Amino acid sequence: MSAALKMDPAAPLVRARDLSVRFVNRDTTVHAVNGVDLDLAQGEVLCLLGESGSGKSVTLRALMKLLPKQAKVGGSIEVAGRDVQAMSERQLADFRGGDVAMIFQEPMTALDPVFTIGRQIAEAVQRHEGASRSAADARALELLELVQIPSAKRRLAAYPHELSGGLRQRAMIAVALACKPKLLLADEPTTALDATVQIQVLLLLRELQEKLGMGVIFVTHDLGVAGEIADRVAVMYAGRVVEEGPVGPFMAGPLHPYPQGLLGATVHGGMRGKRLTTIPGAPPSLEKLPEACSFAPRCPIAEPACQQGVPEARPMGPGRMARCIRAVAP
Amino acid sequence: MVASPEDMTQLTQAPDRGGPAQPLLEVRGLVKHFPIRGGLFGRQVAVVRAVDGVDLTIRKGETLGIVGESGCGKSTTARLLMRLLDPDAGEMVFDGESVGGNDQAGGIALRDYRRQVQMVFQDSYASLNPRLTIEETIAFAPKVHGVSPTEARERSHDLLAAVGLAPAQFARRYPHELSGGQRQRINIARALALQPRLVILDEPVSALDKSVEAQVLNLLMDLKEKFGLTYAFISHDLNVVQYISDRVLVMYLGKVAETGPVEEIYDRPAHPYTRALLASRPSMDPSKRRTEPPLTGDPPNPVNPPSGCRFRTRCPMAEAVCAEREPPSAHLTAGHEAACHAVMPGSGHGAAPRIAA
Ligand SMILES: Nc1ncnc2c1ncn2[C@@H]1O[C@H](COP(=O)(O)OP(=O)(O)OP(=O)(O)O)[C@@H](O)[C@H]1O
Ligand SMILES: Nc1ncnc2c1ncn2[C@@H]1O[C@H](COP(=O)(O)OP(=O)(O)OP(=O)(O)O)[C@@H](O)[C@H]1O
Ligand code: SF4
Ligand SMILES: [Mg+2]
Ligand SMILES: [Mg+2]
Repeated sequence: MSAALKMDPAAPLVRARDLSVRFVNRDTTVHAVNGVDLDLAQGEVLCLLGESGSGKSVTLRALMKLLPKQAKVGGSIEVAGRDVQAMSERQLADFRGGDVAMIFQEPMTALDPVFTIGRQIAEAVQRHEGASRSAADARALELLELVQIPSAKRRLAAYPHELSGGLRQRAMIAVALACKPKLLLADEPTTALDATVQIQVLLLLRELQEKLGMGVIFVTHDLGVAGEIADRVAVMYAGRVVEEGPVGPFMAGPLHPYPQGLLGATVHGGMRGKRLTTIPGAPPSLEKLPEACSFAPRCPIAEPACQQGVPEARPMGPGRMARCIRAVAP
Repeated sequence: MVASPEDMTQLTQAPDRGGPAQPLLEVRGLVKHFPIRGGLFGRQVAVVRAVDGVDLTIRKGETLGIVGESGCGKSTTARLLMRLLDPDAGEMVFDGESVGGNDQAGGIALRDYRRQVQMVFQDSYASLNPRLTIEETIAFAPKVHGVSPTEARERSHDLLAAVGLAPAQFARRYPHELSGGQRQRINIARALALQPRLVILDEPVSALDKSVEAQVLNLLMDLKEKFGLTYAFISHDLNVVQYISDRVLVMYLGKVAETGPVEEIYDRPAHPYTRALLASRPSMDPSKRRTEPPLTGDPPNPVNPPSGCRFRTRCPMAEAVCAEREPPSAHLTAGHEAACHAVMPGSGHGAAPRIAA
């Protein structure tokens, strides 16, 4: 039996402390994640927002120990009460897809092109639950229906390249849910979907999450998506979480200048013909570990003190945190 | 063929031929069906009607936004417009010249057409060669077209800078060493390397964070102005489409449901699918969280589409006539058309306007 089933209901599902990931190659080092603390309660939905390249996908992969060999991972990661870093390959194989499942940013890289969708789901069910082949096949059909793939029965026999982007994404969700994971890591799972299907999938995920008591970490760039499903939001910049808090107050007024800029840059109706506000400058190179606030070179309210060391995570009222020496609690 | 040094000048955009009133691209009756094979001998057992009679016009210098259901055939349409796929039927006229013509019949040869039309693909990872560095990727096509290696390299650095990636940091990296958003900017840079006239952007900003998205949208607007580009912009983000498009085309299951100027589509959507789409936009305000999706039901199957109107199985306004006859395009106001019986005078639908006597 997986350890997750015996968990104390009040215990955190995810607890990462000082997580760091460096990619070390012959001539360069990329400091992709630089001291991330993450907590997720059971049954909670956390949306991870942030700069493209800020380390969201790498953080998710670290939680599953799914990073390539040249990645040097530091800090501690506990998922469902287990030390992920210390797991053997055998334990990891059970852990992935059993306790934790992931929906990837690019479905084509996660689905195996040479097997049909039905086979891939049934395979996962057989591997993790030891179900018979026919039971697994029946479950595969059930899952495709659950994620509302039209003519599910026929699609069982489809190969990934025969599905549109949106259908592939749903197939991925079905594969991920195959073993009723405790923790679902979703990397932009609805970006490829049209608005009518996106809202269906969000409501579906929310429903499944409540029904299965699943914790979800959901990476998205779409603040609307966060508005629809998040309990809490964490915003990353240059490998760190710079702001975190409950979704309502965050949307009403972020405290850190980076998420403030992010909200200001969001395109909405009525902006036609106007030049969009952007955050000037570019994100820092991650080849050196930042020694000050990484956002300082682009920050409209930076002062000399911002160059003196990395800002601490400062509590900002109920459940909120910002890493900015100038942020003021609301 | 080795290009002589005189040829090794910068690539320039092909000249305008038909004048400003001539649409850049006109497409009529575009069809693409994919065979499904099955059984013991891999015989064709059915077809996916991915694109099933699409008409569209892209005017010079405009941005045509294309939205629609996942799987409705947007990417297939894009690949047909690029001629990466051969259409089963339909004709394409590019700046007054029939596409795929030859010297006798007139028209524009595919090779020339393909240089003038470039595409940014939906799947940023799969469309980059993993064995080429970023700089090689961008320089590749210009080199094939006779630009000297040094110049192609310089140009690739300029384009990298233009899409907001410092050449010194990124030029020598490989695709797997980049984030999703960074890869998408490489795709945009690569599409511009040949100085095209028409750029088809298939979900170009969906992998980007909002501040980079804003930068890329500003960049696309600048590039459009600077190089006299025309865009077809496919996206699921209705806010972005509203921002960037002059006209919008809404697709549903291989067909055009509605098309018109952007203000008309957003302020007076006429087709029930367009209305459902607009009503499905997520809200940033968690206190306005939705509990019911505006549109339910399964998207129908493109192998066996519903009779009559393809949206009728999910349409809140469907009546008997909707199953009997396929709705033709109704002209509403200048350039605004919708394929729905409910807006077609005399269609027999209860909500249809009466025909003026
Ligand atoms: N294998 C690798 N080798 C070197 N650098 C890498 C590797 N994988 C990722 N990186 C770098 O690590 C950083 C974080 O990447 P990550 O994919 O986590 O970004 P992200 O926040 O998910 O961005 P996006 O929103 O664009 O998907 C990026 O700067 C990226 O270039
Ligand atoms: N090579 C192929 N063989 C069989 N069917 C295909 C092939 N390519 C696409 N299809 C089918 O054609 C239809 C249209 O696909 P297409 O990728 O054009 O949709 P789309 O509108 O771009 O969707 P999305 O918004 O999800 O990207 C889908 O039903 C898809 O499954
Ligand atoms: S034709 Fe009928 S079914 Fe189709 S959109 Fe109009 S009302 Fe709905
Ligand atoms: Mg990512
Ligand atoms: Mg597509």
